[in-house]
Amino acid sequence: MNTPLRFSYTNAVAFSDIPVVAGEELAAIVRGLLDDDWRLLALFGVPDNDEEDAAGLCCVLAHDVSGALTALRTNALRTYLALTPTCPQAHLFEREVFEQWGIVPEGHPWCKRVRRIPDAAEAAIHSKVKDKAVQETQRILRPFRFYRVGGEEVHEVAVGPVHAGVIEPGHFRFQCYGENVLHLEIALGYQHRGVEQMLVSGPAHRCLPLLECTAGDTSVGHATTHCVLLERLAGVTIPPRAQLVRRIGLELERLANHTGDLGAIGGDTGFLPTSSWNGRIRGDFLNLTAAVCGNRFGRGLVVPGGVAYDLSPNECHDMAARLRAAGRDVCGSVDVMLHAPSVLERCHGVGALDAACARNLGMVGVAARACGLELDARATAPLSALPCQPPRCEHTGDVLARVLVRNHELRDSLQMVEDDLANLAVLPENDLRAAGSTPAVGSLPPGKLAVAQVEGWRGEICHVAITDADGHFLVYKVVDPSFHNWPGLAVALRGNQISDFPLCNKSFNLSYCGHDL
Amino acid sequence: MLRIVKERLHQKYRTLDYPRKDPTLSSRYLGRPVLESVHCGTCHACYAACPTGALLPAPGSEDRTPILDMGSCTFCGACRRVCPNKAFVFTGEHRMASFLREGLIVAPGTVPEAQELPEKCRMFRRSLKLRQVSAGGCNACEADCNVLGTLVYDLGRFGIDFVASPRHADALLVTGPVSDNMRRALLDTWQAMPEPRLVIAVGSCAVSGGLFGDSAQCHGGVASVLPVDMFIPGCPPNPWTILDGLLALQGVQSPQR
Repeated sequence: MNTPLRFSYTNAVAFSDIPVVAGEELAAIVRGLLDDDWRLLALFGVPDNDEEDAAGLCCVLAHDVSGALTALRTNALRTYLALTPTCPQAHLFEREVFEQWGIVPEGHPWCKRVRRIPDAAEAAIHSKVKDKAVQETQRILRPFRFYRVGGEEVHEVAVGPVHAGVIEPGHFRFQCYGENVLHLEIALGYQHRGVEQMLVSGPAHRCLPLLECTAGDTSVGHATTHCVLLERLAGVTIPPRAQLVRRIGLELERLANHTGDLGAIGGDTGFLPTSSWNGRIRGDFLNLTAAVCGNRFGRGLVVPGGVAYDLSPNECHDMAARLRAAGRDVCGSVDVMLHAPSVLERCHGVGALDAACARNLGMVGVAARACGLELDARATAPLSALPCQPPRCEHTGDVLARVLVRNHELRDSLQMVEDDLANLAVLPENDLRAAGSTPAVGSLPPGKLAVAQVEGWRGEICHVAITDADGHFLVYKVVDPSFHNWPGLAVALRGNQISDFPLCNKSFNLSYCGHDL
Repeated sequence: MLRIVKERLHQKYRTLDYPRKDPTLSSRYLGRPVLESVHCGTCHACYAACPTGALLPAPGSEDRTPILDMGSCTFCGACRRVCPNKAFVFTGEHRMASFLREGLIVAPGTVPEAQELPEKCRMFRRSLKLRQVSAGGCNACEADCNVLGTLVYDLGRFGIDFVASPRHADALLVTGPVSDNMRRALLDTWQAMPEPRLVIAVGSCAVSGGLFGDSAQCHGGVASVLPVDMFIPGCPPNPWTILDGLLALQGVQSPQR
């Protein structure tokens, strides 16, 4: 291996500078890096220039303590030595690469499709996908089996894709002994819309709206990540006013969703007061976002080079007053729930994960912090010099820990937004967007790789882009925090009762479409 | 217990007397668009800026203001931003639902026409049970449907509820552009519903495919696989827009004013 390439998370690097390693040695190198506290951000296929339907691998890792990134790549290949047996956090990535490019990870223990659904026989006939490589991969992958536990008294429970509530589709297959869950396998892919394919050859007008729809409840998060990525590729710095407005958008999104999640926990523990109050208060935070940009989910707020909307000092004061009122309501509502012994008892010890397991699975965000991992992109890969709280951690890794992390972050975010609004009100009027070229449409510097990490409300959102010789996207990789955390939910349920699933699921509250793309 | 009662008093009564009272929406909210008739010449800035192709040349006069299809529109306001003639105005009107797909087309100088309640909706005036299916939806439309059950909207008071089983449902409320992988499950849900049954398409993805109109993995909206009885545009539609559409199905008010 050549000298490892180490670069700051804010910089774009030339793709040709990334050292090339052989398919046989990738697993050992990555394992070595993980042992030195690096963390796998993304692993994906990069199309080969010379050969059609062929791809090499590209792997990006982060060193959270120092804010450094590193990247590795291989030449085009058909097989390589699987990372998963030694690095479990690579397992979904390797399955994804296999599905998209037909590259076989030799020794992968569970190499099945990620996004092509079980009853794909009919779907394949209707499928508009004409790509030969993809069709071939689908053929190899059939039949679609679930992991099965044998034994006379073991039974299987299948749930989904259509669920009882107003939620997104996914399939859950439980292996049960009585009420106890021995194993849960989560099969997603129903929401697959082809987002990444639609982004290739961008930047284009529709890239930003597409990323706002990647996970609709994280519109500001994904939009910010996309814009930060474009700015890093183009070497643009955004004005301070835009930094403040972006952070207000991100934290309001966190407030709305944490409020909703805590209410949902109330609902699933049978504590209805908080459930109904939080449902309403969540709307107050969404309406605050709408007060900034007109859309409750913050669509259109963030644009490449800055933000599209401003707040006058009067609007800042008005919003701060509304924020304080909603903040008082949600704190009161959550306090009542956290004083209820029935709720605490129900959440305590259920769906527990330990820190080692969370680290092995590559978990991020609220669920990782609840296990004691100090991972928060706001602290490890900050977007600006604005002051920020250190990561809020708990150590028990159970439902209660995830509730408490949300509770603390809710209060931190209230303070942050209030401070930011006060700062925005006194900040001298200046530009909302960086001067000069806005890289929204057209071409970017050619042959570059850049990474953007933004702490969305679920956890770290990571986008990686590689530009081709013309400065268009050769690859645009979207990694929603859910992609890291779904396996965590599956493992957390082992040894619990099947009736614990709804509560565990709410405490993770992961995105289906963010995973399926 | 006393703590809960005290907090309950603080949290107050929050349900809005809709539709008798209008909700207060953000002054920056982009609602029903109104188009001015202008002479465009060779300017095509809005066509290039629209991310979904919601703008179509006005029939017969290509140098005039285009017509806008609310069914594809994501209400991003890009057309308004780039138009040098200020042809696009987004009003604060949240009522946009339509029984007919053509009812979502906005042309310069036209006013929305009142629509008659279709015969098959008449039996659902006092009870309308909905089965929601997300077929590639991004969870924004889903969230804004879910929110209708909260205190502010209190959907149940109109006799409208989301139910768990398609066997109990009168209407199938679909969000998302119908991803290839959900097509089969969507049709199975529809098959499981008793007749007469309605289909409601919520959000620009469900109405027309929206941003995913040309995705190889999606089917371009619900109408491509099922007959749709109610179209509710928006990306996502405001919850009041959805509620207005549902009430229109009960004949409570005209879907368009």
